[in-house]
Amino acid sequence: MDHFPTNWGRPRNDAYDAYGTHPIPQRPYNGHQDAFADAVQRTQQPIVTGTSVLAIKYKDGIMMAADNLASYGSLARFKDVQRLHPVGQYTVLGAGGDMSDFQYIQHMLEQLSIDEFTCQDGHNLGPAEIHEYMSHVMYARRSKMNPLWNSLIVGGYKDGKRFLSYVDLLGTTYSASTLATGYGAYIAQPLLRKAVEGREDVLTEEEARKIIEDSMRVLFYRDARSLNKFQIATVTSVGVNISESIQLDTSWSFAEGIRGYGAQTQ
Amino acid sequence: MTSIGTGYDLSASTYSPDGRIFQVEYANKAVENSGTAIGLRVKDGVVFAVEKLVHSKLLVPGANRRIQSVDRHIGLATAGLLADGRNISNRARAEANDFRELHRSGIPLKEMTSRIGQYVQVYTLYSSVRPFGISTIVGGVDKDGPSLYIIEPSGVYFGYHGAAVGKGRQLAKTELEKLKLQEMSTREAVLEAARIIYLVHDDAKEKEFELEMSWIGDETNGLHLAVPKDLLDEAEQKAKEALETFE
Amino acid sequence: MFRNTYDSDNTVFSPQGRLHQVEYALEAVKQGSAAVGLRSKTHSILLALKRSTGELASYQQKMYRIDDHIGIAIAGLTSDARVLSNFMRQQAMSSRMAFNRPMPVNRLVSSIADKAQVNTQEYGRRPYGVGFLVIGQDQTGPHLYEFSPSGNSYEYYAMSIGARSQSAKTYLEKHYESFPDCSLEDLIRHGLHALRETLQQDKDLSIKNTSIGIIGPSGEHEKGISPAGNFRILDGQSVDVYLKTMVPKDMSEGAVLTRAALAGLSGIVPTIVTDEDVQMAE
Repeated sequence: MDHFPTNWGRPRNDAYDAYGTHPIPQRPYNGHQDAFADAVQRTQQPIVTGTSVLAIKYKDGIMMAADNLASYGSLARFKDVQRLHPVGQYTVLGAGGDMSDFQYIQHMLEQLSIDEFTCQDGHNLGPAEIHEYMSHVMYARRSKMNPLWNSLIVGGYKDGKRFLSYVDLLGTTYSASTLATGYGAYIAQPLLRKAVEGREDVLTEEEARKIIEDSMRVLFYRDARSLNKFQIATVTSVGVNISESIQLDTSWSFAEGIRGYGAQTQ
Repeated sequence: MTSIGTGYDLSASTYSPDGRIFQVEYANKAVENSGTAIGLRVKDGVVFAVEKLVHSKLLVPGANRRIQSVDRHIGLATAGLLADGRNISNRARAEANDFRELHRSGIPLKEMTSRIGQYVQVYTLYSSVRPFGISTIVGGVDKDGPSLYIIEPSGVYFGYHGAAVGKGRQLAKTELEKLKLQEMSTREAVLEAARIIYLVHDDAKEKEFELEMSWIGDETNGLHLAVPKDLLDEAEQKAKEALETFE
Repeated sequence: MFRNTYDSDNTVFSPQGRLHQVEYALEAVKQGSAAVGLRSKTHSILLALKRSTGELASYQQKMYRIDDHIGIAIAGLTSDARVLSNFMRQQAMSSRMAFNRPMPVNRLVSSIADKAQVNTQEYGRRPYGVGFLVIGQDQTGPHLYEFSPSGNSYEYYAMSIGARSQSAKTYLEKHYESFPDCSLEDLIRHGLHALRETLQQDKDLSIKNTSIGIIGPSGEHEKGISPAGNFRILDGQSVDVYLKTMVPKDMSEGAVLTRAALAGLSGIVPTIVTDEDVQMAE
């Protein structure tokens, strides 16, 4: 029952209270507000950040990789952060950019998956739906001048179809058979394109893994915000699999000859 | 009934001279007219079973569920007005979301039950609403293990090892009391629950019915799910056999 | 008219635990002209009987498109139906907007059922006075649901609502086992036969008073249907071809069955005139 006569006879706002579930849920509040209510704070820069995410399509599905580092500026602050997140049975979300925003997104998608689970009606959200949803979230937030400071890759496999798509803090989206965010977009993307494009349907999991590992190695050499400890996710007809952390062998002996490196004084 | 025609039974906000709230008692009548629902709390989980009375043979079997999931780890079965059951489960989902939003973890069963209890109780206070015409069985597994509760139309709730509501609850309770629930696995409990539903169903009075079951426990990885088809078939088969030997 | 103490308010339980106002709302549905719904493995269809208030009036619309994949037929208060169907359209659109996914049919039906439930519990409201048959298709195939003012919704193989719907129900119960494997044409003929049962003695189904709603792949008599088999409503002349496939009513039951079986092979049943008097007019 609506006890506010001013609301009577007016169209109800279905976006606010679609089912008219009174009397217990709160009505719009018009009383005293907190003194700071009008002071608005917005995200103006990322604080704790993750770097590149790489993803490619291959024969059986998609493969995605991201390292385990969350940097605080140039400080390698957290070294065991997982930046690949499974959503439901068919999707993986990889994130670069602000890690607290990413955690917020994870909670949001967790809630979405639970809502979907509790319906128990045989309908499940696939990667395409999750990407569509995330693109709206990201675009809505940037339109409020308060973006979620991430670049996201959504990858998945459902009903025999591979899906790979990108969305970032501006709400920009695009799809391709190879995707990379952050520094990887400059360094790894050309390598991935060369190795994958035109061969999406023939690349085996082993070959795909080799391509990803090689690109991650290059990134570790070149990207000062990266770490040689990363995880690889695959989504195939079997489902989502996110590996344990992998360490790559790297050799830095060549660095001895570089001026300005290490203990040289001049 | 002495209540009828006295005028003290027309509103949930009215006591009768001897201190009863008849509207709540009438709401209980709506529960008693409904197909039986039971819940078994066992060693590693909880099993729900519902006697779904089939009012038309045109109904699609398996659709039109009466057991709902309200979170990954919580199930809910109602007896009474079906639409009220959906209202409650929607509210319960909202509470689960709310708790998760605040605490970043799944809602404990005790907390969930308390919140549903409060929600139901509010509907017994005002003349502008009617009480819920349902009894709700809530069950699931949280960090303290399995638990099971019944919430009545008055808003009162108790924890149970074996819960039964609806038309056949008396007989179902008697059967539940015979079981060693604390030593049972969910798989065994599925068979027992099916047997009890078949037993309490009154062929003489009632039309056809459909057995609907769900479970949560070690075998479901802590998720509240419908009992898989093959196990349900097995349970029904055994229940029918047991019924023949019983008679 | 009877009256009792417990029937003037939807917030009052009777001593038997019944809600009389809700039961009266169900009666309002029965005041509306009939609608019938059927489902096969490939199609869901609706058939409805339109009424007009007189010679000079048009026939009242009975079917509404909700989305490409969902349509409804109504019986009861049309104004209530428009409120609810608008809500359904909004919900369906928001699912397309947010997820680029057609809304699962059961969720849409549940959403209006939940809305209707609130109107059975709070003072100062009345339950909706309209019932729906909802057809739709989604990832789990074609569906048929009934929505009623009590806030209940059920999925059926076949169902009828509205005035004299019991007669149609009897027909459907007799034949429903054959529906899953029916062709679209056979399914529509069954639907028309069921709908005919709801007519008064002196009335007939005609191109003016019959609406057919279809979801599923194109039938033999249809042109320009999208491969997805989106919801479409047939009115007027386009109904004629289906009306012509109907078997005259007083042909013996056995004959109807064999003719139905025959139709499974040929698609159309040529109208065989056994008795000049009972041939369907128009």
